[in-house]
Amino acid sequence: MLNYDIVVVGGGPAGMAAAIKAKECGVDSILILERAETLGGILEQCIHTGFGLQYFGEQLSGPEYADRFIEQVNALEIEYKTDTMVLDITEDKTVYAVNKKDGMLEIKAKSVILAMGCRERPRGALNIAGTRASGIMTAGTAQKYVNIDGYMPGKKVVILGSGDIGLIMARRMTLEGAKVECVCELMPYSSGLTRNIVQCLEDFDIPLYLSTTVIDIHGKDRVTGVTIASVDENRKPIPGSERYIECDTLLLSVGLIPENELTKNIGIGLDRVTNGAVVDEYRQTDHEGIFACGNVLHVHDLVDFVTQESQIAGEGAAKYVKGEKSEPEYIFAKGIGAVRYIVPQKINIKNDGDVKLFFRVGSTFKNATVKVSYNGGEIISRKRPRLAPGEMENVTIKNSMLREFSEGGTIEITVEA
Amino acid sequence: MIYDAAIIGAGVSGAFIARELSRYDIKIALLEKCNDPATGTSKANSGIVHSGFDAVPGTLKAKLNVKGTALMPKVCKELNVPFKQLGSLLAAFSDEEIKTLEMLKERGEKNGVEGLEIYDSKKLHELEPMVNESAVAALWAPSAGIVCPYELTIAATENAVENGAEFIRNFKVTSIEHDGSVFTVSSGENSVKAKYVINAAGVYCDEIAAMIGDNSIHTIVRKGEYMLCDKSAGKTVGRTIFQCPTKMGKGVLVTQTVDGNLLIGPSATDIDEKDNTDTTSDTLSAILEKAKKTVPTLTTRDVITSFAGLRAHLECDDFIIEKSSANDKFINVAGIESPGLSSAPAIGLYVADMIVSECGAKEKENFNPERKAPVRFRNMTNEERKALVEKNPAYGRIICRCETVTEGEIIDAIRAPAGARDVDGVKRRTRAGMGRCQGGFCGSKVVELLAKELGTEINEITKFGGDSKIIYERTK
Repeated sequence: MLNYDIVVVGGGPAGMAAAIKAKECGVDSILILERAETLGGILEQCIHTGFGLQYFGEQLSGPEYADRFIEQVNALEIEYKTDTMVLDITEDKTVYAVNKKDGMLEIKAKSVILAMGCRERPRGALNIAGTRASGIMTAGTAQKYVNIDGYMPGKKVVILGSGDIGLIMARRMTLEGAKVECVCELMPYSSGLTRNIVQCLEDFDIPLYLSTTVIDIHGKDRVTGVTIASVDENRKPIPGSERYIECDTLLLSVGLIPENELTKNIGIGLDRVTNGAVVDEYRQTDHEGIFACGNVLHVHDLVDFVTQESQIAGEGAAKYVKGEKSEPEYIFAKGIGAVRYIVPQKINIKNDGDVKLFFRVGSTFKNATVKVSYNGGEIISRKRPRLAPGEMENVTIKNSMLREFSEGGTIEITVEA
Repeated sequence: MIYDAAIIGAGVSGAFIARELSRYDIKIALLEKCNDPATGTSKANSGIVHSGFDAVPGTLKAKLNVKGTALMPKVCKELNVPFKQLGSLLAAFSDEEIKTLEMLKERGEKNGVEGLEIYDSKKLHELEPMVNESAVAALWAPSAGIVCPYELTIAATENAVENGAEFIRNFKVTSIEHDGSVFTVSSGENSVKAKYVINAAGVYCDEIAAMIGDNSIHTIVRKGEYMLCDKSAGKTVGRTIFQCPTKMGKGVLVTQTVDGNLLIGPSATDIDEKDNTDTTSDTLSAILEKAKKTVPTLTTRDVITSFAGLRAHLECDDFIIEKSSANDKFINVAGIESPGLSSAPAIGLYVADMIVSECGAKEKENFNPERKAPVRFRNMTNEERKALVEKNPAYGRIICRCETVTEGEIIDAIRAPAGARDVDGVKRRTRAGMGRCQGGFCGSKVVELLAKELGTEINEITKFGGDSKIIYERTK
């Protein structure tokens, strides 16, 4: 049995930032457990740039962004084990893990930070009809084949879903010599970042078909083509709009799902919209001393926000370990109408800092107003030129405001067109 | 070399015939057109071991179903394949359907099915609270169970191979000649010679029989589509829940699988092509609607994958297991649709007996009925895991995170008798890639392990043989 103050599950950007912050806050005994061969998480296969603009104020590639944190982990002498899979976490914070070198590990932690990231939605979740030929994979899997393993998964590609990974892979496959026929998006808008639509599709003349989906996959052994069709406002294919597109590969970029199997096994309560844990402003779950941050908590569009959020969780875990947290008095945050969710879902009003609320809208807006109310009374109103489902928003609740609130109150965020 | 028996088709029937014949001192070849056993009907079906009340008394289906189901617990124990005898409930939604239950109960009793009982609505809902309130009664069949059909087929094949049978993959039979005493079964340039040929070719039985001039078999290809739900929905029902049968088959069922998922299906559509396992969105929605009659809370949200399987239906609505009228050394095993999986152990015995009684082969002294249990890391206690990894560190590296499958288990699957040669083969043997991410994370690692173990390049590895390569070439 090993003992650590903090065990961090996942050594991607979230886990590393949380561990570094906790160390800086004065906790020495920290262990990061990472299932891949190296620290860095999914950033290692994201060799394109665009990372770090918010946090470092410069353009970095994924591995460069990760390296800055890996260097800090090493400089601060934070312990980590790679190629190590966490199998189970008990309510009393005992972590069971396994690797080739140590065998089965049983680790007792005072605090646990959950930073397992997310996975891509597979084909089955969409129930696309057709054959089960080879050549259908998620965009992230294709990204690993191309960028890490050095293999091309196809030459003539259709991409379903205009999430950021799909857009990035449209460009990547093109640069590697493949022909990307089109990107199809079920919704009337793309869920990807605007800059990715411009830099990855428009710059390469790759068509983006909105309100369009793949309704059939052809080919016995290997994919030979797909049938696409336009969809109506209920997302049902419109008869007569079908088109056959010849291709050997179908890449899917149709959403990300936080990997909360361990979280669920502990019995931690999840938010039905984010599919991540319900947390307070330090990203503490409903189980005291267990924190969650990064894409396992809610899917982020920028790693910079993951870093910031994870630092908050790292600080929270450090405070918890050092016994610095007082009995909380919570108020609750609730998204109304177009505001699909807010993280954190609850705030301790005895907190001595400002609290940033992150939220996501369900449809696009131009020149809209974000309104925040407390128990029905408006407290903040902010103009926004543009709001989109693909871009996370935030508002800050000043500490001076928090002081005015009382336990059990409700903060609501709405958007007015 | 001249084999005593060549079996065409490594589905569940062929595998069990091979296993039963391997008890005897004879030479056996199990010929499979694909890259692995269990790639046709035996891969994609409901996985139900039926109690045996459906078939008309006196038919082969009735006899072999009841006998096969009785053998199943022992066979699964020997082959170390999970079998859960959960029982089945056939739900009735009207007074007329209650009459069907009574008829089927009587039929089952004539077939020798034990323990059949009609439960009222109260008892049904006590057992299965998620079943539609409008269900008025159910036929309870305690001997029914669930088994993984491809795991059973692979295990029987492995066991046959361990007992001396030869498994020959990628052998698509193109012609069969008989010189009066020996058959030459050819697959393009390759051929094997055998004294007996057993035609267990599933939906292709008619084409194989026609190769010796036997045109008596006409297979109707019936497609069934299914939806598989995540393990989190696996406990929605505790048993297999049927609806009343129709002339197209047993209708849409809702069941647990042995691996803890929830399975919904099948549809039943007669089609012309023998390799059309496409799923169609209309049919999938129709299955869900029909299944909602049984369990109203079912949603597509839990669905992780869908698939289709083909079954070989015959006009006579019974199995045909007999010597061909064209050649009495050629045995047809045709029309093996439901309850074919349940009947498989009995079909194996039945066919082996036909051959052995004629050629007078002797039983081997060293036949080993047991197939060694594969390592299943996910099912072990932490103490067992600790000991295992200490012995072999390859079991300490998790490759498939959704299903907790280790590198060691994947290597075992490749090295096994008649082992995996492609990604789907590894998946069927270990469940790597069968979880909620459907191979998104582990797919490339499985490809790497296959290439390393088989001593080939990564871009030679296929999903399921043939031209189903996963990747094309090195990047520039």
